[in-house]
Amino acid sequence: MGLTGLEIYKHLPKTNCKECGSPTCLAFAMALASGKASLEDCPYVSDEAKEALDSAAAPPIKLVTVGTGDHVVELGEETEIFRHDKRFFHPPGVAVLISDKEDVADKVEKFDDLEFDRVGMHYVTDMVAVKCDSGDADKFKEAVETVASKTQKAMILMCEDPGVMEGALEAVADRKPLVCAATGDNYEKMTELAKGKGCPMVVKGNDINDLAELVEKVVGLGHKELVIDSGARETTQVMADLTQFRRLAVRKKFRSFGYPAFAITTKEDPKEEVVQAGVYVSKYADVVALKACEKQQLLPLLSWRQNLYTDPQKPIAVEAGLYDVGEPGDDAPVYVTTNFSLTYFIVEGEVESSRIPSRILSVDTGGVSVLTAYADNKFSAETIAEAIKKTGLEDKVNHKKLVLPGHVAVLKGTLEEESGWEVMVGPREASGISKYAKDNFAGGVK
Amino acid sequence: MAVDILKEKYRGKVGEVVLGATKDDGGTRSHTITVGGETALPFLHFEGEIPNRPVVALEVWDMVPEWNPCLEQHYGDVYNDPGAWAKKCVEEYGADLIQVRLKGADPDLNDHSPEDCAATVKKVLEAVSVPVMVIGCGKSEKDNTIYNPIAEAAAGENLVMGVAELENYKAVTSACMANNHVVIAQSPIDINICKQLNILIAEMSPAMSSRIIIDPTVAALGYGIEYSYSIMERARNGALQGDKMLAMPMYGNAGFESWRQKEANISEEEQPGWGEQEERGILWEATTAMAYLQSGIDILVMRHPEALKVIKGNIDELMKDNSY
Repeated sequence: MGLTGLEIYKHLPKTNCKECGSPTCLAFAMALASGKASLEDCPYVSDEAKEALDSAAAPPIKLVTVGTGDHVVELGEETEIFRHDKRFFHPPGVAVLISDKEDVADKVEKFDDLEFDRVGMHYVTDMVAVKCDSGDADKFKEAVETVASKTQKAMILMCEDPGVMEGALEAVADRKPLVCAATGDNYEKMTELAKGKGCPMVVKGNDINDLAELVEKVVGLGHKELVIDSGARETTQVMADLTQFRRLAVRKKFRSFGYPAFAITTKEDPKEEVVQAGVYVSKYADVVALKACEKQQLLPLLSWRQNLYTDPQKPIAVEAGLYDVGEPGDDAPVYVTTNFSLTYFIVEGEVESSRIPSRILSVDTGGVSVLTAYADNKFSAETIAEAIKKTGLEDKVNHKKLVLPGHVAVLKGTLEEESGWEVMVGPREASGISKYAKDNFAGGVK
Repeated sequence: MAVDILKEKYRGKVGEVVLGATKDDGGTRSHTITVGGETALPFLHFEGEIPNRPVVALEVWDMVPEWNPCLEQHYGDVYNDPGAWAKKCVEEYGADLIQVRLKGADPDLNDHSPEDCAATVKKVLEAVSVPVMVIGCGKSEKDNTIYNPIAEAAAGENLVMGVAELENYKAVTSACMANNHVVIAQSPIDINICKQLNILIAEMSPAMSSRIIIDPTVAALGYGIEYSYSIMERARNGALQGDKMLAMPMYGNAGFESWRQKEANISEEEQPGWGEQEERGILWEATTAMAYLQSGIDILVMRHPEALKVIKGNIDELMKDNSY
């Protein structure tokens, strides 16, 4: 991945022995570069060359997993600086922080309930960080066990004293928690603990330079399931460091920063904290820990995470079909639109704000908007008539009237012929729906 | 080990635009505000200049708005008086500038006359000394009749006026040209239209090309924010790479868009799974604004005083130096 034939050739024996099946080493290198051969086919390649080629072929940021079972959180393996260049792949883990000095049972129960349903999606606050503020090994272990017993979600154990970490880690190692953190002072012992239990570990430096050095030392000890933290805590510096991690890993293949990144908030006010966490979600953090634990605080943050990590090349669609807004009776108006989620939700919002219970017929246009779908013939008299039949709309209302988006008023005639329904031309923009509804449907569809 | 910090070298620079005018320049503002001027991506002080901090406006309407009831405790006492409303925004809530939205001009609402509109703007200008932005009701036929009277009544004040759209940019642009105001050029989450509109305005008057504010249209969190975010990132990258027709400061109505959404408004009784309403609304707005700061916005128009406060705090943090 990413290497040219010539770059690979440099590492081969250059003996042209033909035993790999290629006529020359250069031809073999070319075949490797295009993915048509495997390095295993060369009997003489040196271990050093193998390692050099393997690491050059590895993704710029390693994939690290935390947790087990259905609650595994995958971090890293990002390849872009800007989402518009391709996409971001693994949404950051959002971790709620619980101190071993607070009511642990109470907070973890609250945390476990921080899941949300909105616009047909389910958002989960997917990590919980238990922090040792007591300095007491027994107390920390007890807190960690309490958390483990009350949630199945991925855990982060935050403690920089290996002596205190040991017992707690022992207790929940089978849950594959993220050990946080190895520092310049404790890295040998902490690495031994995390590596011994096969658990991923945060490496925390004093600054970006110190971190690079420390990561090398930890990798030297044989642990590679790492998450990195420059140690900066000021919003502006954290954002700068996260940006450097991403740029250097992706553009320069700088190995020490080729790991997912950890960020933690410092603000005490939950609103300021959510906004601070939002900055880190925006700018390249792979785990963000925060204290906020109320539904109204997490919903905006998780929504932003979801939005940012969608694939910009793929239109987001809602399932085509008939949707109720409010509790529509059989004389309720029917609006037709596409199944492009943005269009659909905007129409839904406007219909809702008209305060007249209605139905929305969402036609399958492959998730594209009204005008694009019209141009593509996916939003046509035929597709709309078909959707009317498929959803059994006729049996649900006592009238045969549809509201069509004003932009495609031209479809009125053919749609009436095709479907046998009377077509009313609605406003061009969704923002006009509310007024349109009040003018036309105040007393139901007549 | 010293890490080789990766700094981008850009050829371009976002143009600086001055908002408002003091007595020396024929206006009555106590100070002006300069936006733009960046030579780096948002808040990356380590690789370039961010000479002017992003600014935050609050909005004043010329009619009683149908806003969420939680906003009534903050603005209810001034809903009927645009002057007092503006004063409260600046003095109590700390708005850097004021945006007057002349919603009442809407023929389907209060149908305020162009003279009424100009009078409202004058009133706000008298009540506060910060720079003022003015936008119409959103119905272009009516808006085209109000731009000139307002621009003339406030001649010399260096207002920001909008909005100019691809299909309808001439009336507001010529009103701004004739009276030395700044124009907001709005495009529908589309970088090509954004650029094309800037070119058309610049063609009308080369002098106007340095008096344009881009409104790329900011969608709310949960409702297409990622589209606007990426358009803004692309526009800012384009500006820094030397595209002059994208090199204008950017602006967005984060408050207006956020408070249209269900997530900001629905009560906890109706949607118990989403938590307490007012804080949720504040954070829906603040998170929306946060994202746009990260993609390069220069002027944010907010609504809830708490959201404004939180976002100003975030800007304070982000304006601190992070050079290596």
